[in-house]
Amino acid sequence: MDGEELTEQETALYDRQIRVWGADAQRRLSKSHILVCGMKGTVAEFCKNIVLAGVGSVTLVDDRIVTDESLSANFLILPHENHYNGKTLAEVCCDSLKEFNHMVHVAVETGDISTFGVEFFEKFDAVIISCCSLGKKKLINQKCRKLSKRVAFYTVECRGSCGEMFVDLLDYKYSKKKLEETIECQIEYPSFEEAISVPWRALPRRVSKLYFAMRVIEQFEDVEGRNPGETTIADLPGVLKLRKELCETNSLDESQIPDALLERLLTDTREFPPVCAIIGGILGQEVIKAISGKGDPLKNFFFFDAMDGKGLIEDISGPSTRS
Amino acid sequence: MASQEQLSAIKRAKVLMVGAGGIGCELLKTLALSGFQDIHIIDMDTIEVSNLNRQFLFRQSHVGQSKAKVARDAVLRFRPNISITPYHANVKESRFNVDFFKEFDVVLNGLDNLDARRHVNRLCLAADIPLVESGTTGFLGQVTVHLKGKTECYECQPKPAPKTYPVCTITSTPSKFVHCIVWAKDLLFAKLFGDKNQENDLNVRSSDTANSSEHSEDVFECRKDEDIERYGRRIYDHVFGHNIEVALSNEETWKNRNKPRPIYSKDVLPEEQTKENGNEEKGCAADDVSAMVSLSLKNPQDIWSLVENSRVFLEALRLFFLKREKDIGNLTFDKDDQLAVEFVTAAANIRASSFGIPLHSLFEAKGIAGNIVHAVATTNAIIAGLIVIEAIKVLQKDNNNYRMTYCLEHPSRKLLLMPVEPYEPNRSCYVCSETPLSLEVNTQRCKLRDFVEKIIKAKLGMNFPLIMQGASILYEVGEDLEEDMVVIYAANLEKALSELPSPVASGSVLTVEDLQQEFSCSINIKHREEFDEEKEPDGMLLSGWVEAPVDKDNNKPIGNDESTSNALPSMETLEGEKDDEIQETSEVVEAFSGKKRKLSEVSEVTAPDPSGPSSINQNKPEKLDIDDEDDELIISDDWESFTKKKKL
Repeated sequence: MDGEELTEQETALYDRQIRVWGADAQRRLSKSHILVCGMKGTVAEFCKNIVLAGVGSVTLVDDRIVTDESLSANFLILPHENHYNGKTLAEVCCDSLKEFNHMVHVAVETGDISTFGVEFFEKFDAVIISCCSLGKKKLINQKCRKLSKRVAFYTVECRGSCGEMFVDLLDYKYSKKKLEETIECQIEYPSFEEAISVPWRALPRRVSKLYFAMRVIEQFEDVEGRNPGETTIADLPGVLKLRKELCETNSLDESQIPDALLERLLTDTREFPPVCAIIGGILGQEVIKAISGKGDPLKNFFFFDAMDGKGLIEDISGPSTRS
Repeated sequence: MASQEQLSAIKRAKVLMVGAGGIGCELLKTLALSGFQDIHIIDMDTIEVSNLNRQFLFRQSHVGQSKAKVARDAVLRFRPNISITPYHANVKESRFNVDFFKEFDVVLNGLDNLDARRHVNRLCLAADIPLVESGTTGFLGQVTVHLKGKTECYECQPKPAPKTYPVCTITSTPSKFVHCIVWAKDLLFAKLFGDKNQENDLNVRSSDTANSSEHSEDVFECRKDEDIERYGRRIYDHVFGHNIEVALSNEETWKNRNKPRPIYSKDVLPEEQTKENGNEEKGCAADDVSAMVSLSLKNPQDIWSLVENSRVFLEALRLFFLKREKDIGNLTFDKDDQLAVEFVTAAANIRASSFGIPLHSLFEAKGIAGNIVHAVATTNAIIAGLIVIEAIKVLQKDNNNYRMTYCLEHPSRKLLLMPVEPYEPNRSCYVCSETPLSLEVNTQRCKLRDFVEKIIKAKLGMNFPLIMQGASILYEVGEDLEEDMVVIYAANLEKALSELPSPVASGSVLTVEDLQQEFSCSINIKHREEFDEEKEPDGMLLSGWVEAPVDKDNNKPIGNDESTSNALPSMETLEGEKDDEIQETSEVVEAFSGKKRKLSEVSEVTAPDPSGPSSINQNKPEKLDIDDEDDELIISDDWESFTKKKKL
């Protein structure tokens, strides 16, 4: 790695984790810049993890005003700041995050992220999007993909006991040690749009039901013009109708997307803190892997459901990028 | 969010957390966010700088303060209306007795050592309170649920004992760096700076040759009027030169081994050179004296040359005598004692160099010597989330849905978080099912003291034992004993088992109780004349719950630590040959990673052994058709059928 040794202070603070991923990885982390959008519980967990890990900077985007609901799973918001003086979620979270590690620069960017130009994203090594519409996610993913440098892209959503994470590392090369040799590895990732457009019948057997269910809900919210999580049980008939259509188009048996699961996702939309911790933890590890070049990154969806306790990886790729 | 039933169960619950460290901080946060209102938390530790990379409730300004108390204050900032009761105390204190445990609905462990885990396990069994146990190391972690009579207890699967090395490997024939570390830390450091009255095998070889024992006694003492510089060189020459020569004279030893090379200080460091490097007296405080600083060595990741190691050795020794003389005679190695780490690193490296073993950096040596566990925030956060999910099931008495969950580094059949149904209690567990143990021992030679120290305390994890044969009490510890009894028990300690007032012989049955843990078990005694000094260094063999020593690495239960109790050398820096060490130095966790690495040589799809399969195999072989192919079982079998097979 290019010069610059870790300072004494860094070595002391990061001692335990350097023992996990090595000094080189730590140096790479300290030079990396992360952008996050959508400051809810899961993203708060993620931010805590990477600020502790010692990235170079974290930039927060979320212009929403703090409400009581935003407190529910987010420990970065301290309730005694009664009125928050009109502060945005990003601003309030920024203040708390700064305290976790003075060596990390934490800042806020205001504005609608979907209006930011391609060059804005060039400053970052990883972009994490949450609480955004389907359209925005696709758009930002495309912008990241237009850059000559690789910007890792992630989306993350938690609804009740379920969580989903998507990863796009484009064309990702890394090396790993296997026995005595070092092996060069390469993984090609599809974009978010490409991944979710893969016809369901083309997917491997036994893909998690949660994958299909999340797509149905996502489409429903998109068609209805709702923000993620703005659903109730009253939407069930509409969602079941959409499921039927999608299953017909994709030649998938409707039983692959159980009613009970859809019901759960529609009604139980608030974040469940243990799930935020789990998804935020997995996301943190994945971003650390991608930046440090250490360890096999997951491709390209991760699901967790507290109901069965499984945390599972699904590779949702077209034939060209299937590994 | 949780359902209404869940929420009301959560709000009513009174929970006890043991440990406010890596897992503890995450757990306390997630409990508070999830709606828990009444949380008690015990931790005896104070905050250190190396905690701050993951124990996110703590700041630089909190260093030195109680973890339990600071954690409470930090969480109350974002959840001011809940009740958190901190105890800056050892969970083994008598006030945390069975009645104390009975006040809670569930106990959640985020501990860092086997001893405390066993203690809490016994109290939970005695109080009949469910326990959710957890541990992490690096990217690996696990959560298990223990309910008396329903699932196995924490001790149903034997835990691997800390690795001990044959004495002669350490004193005469080291072949790995860890052997040199053990020598430098447990022998040389202890000899020079520790309790002078303690037994020490440092000169074990030289004393049975030319040296008279009294001569070798004072070799390590600084003589009156002896210049500290000279003294340092004399020690150096004695341990790295003379002792090696003596060892070489025993030709039998080296027939099939590479001969070590004696090293003398004058050959490495010409006399005048040492004088100039003393970057004299910077007037720094005694506790941050450092040989690295005075020798201008900056990077702890660098591997020092033999010359540099020799300088550090002499300088560290000099600084101990100059700046920390009052500590000498009562020091024990502490990984946070910079000067001690420097001395041990240098000594281990010089010895390694003599034996042709690759040298290591101070950073690596510190990890090995201090049994430093790898720890990252993310794994702790994930594990804490899983603990809360299980805790809520426990509160709802959702008996059929408890899971033990493994957090893996590499997916196994797509799973990164792998839930497994809990196992039934092990019917031969001496802790939760009153099965007697048996002990082979030389009843004529073994003193009661050895039995108490090596078996009752070290193996059975009791703190306040009471030993009985039939109705007669042989030994008891407690605060309210009659004085004459104290005298009798003290005398008994020095007697061989067969000479006790109620003589112990083959066929005797001893009952051992720990009153604090409200735990008792029986031990069947069997007399045996001889023991193998290398393989059975205790001179005793306890069996009944202990697994067969064969293939131990493969059958270790998964570890369990956010801790200081493990040596898992960094995966980066210690590849290849050190994999063996990783398994050997394990106290609790490494089976997990050690195993995983082994598997990775076999297959892409790697899964740490979720402890169950192999241990179940052992305990109930009749239930499984596959016997010694655990590895293959996990790798290649379909996941669904795998879980079915393991189901109870």
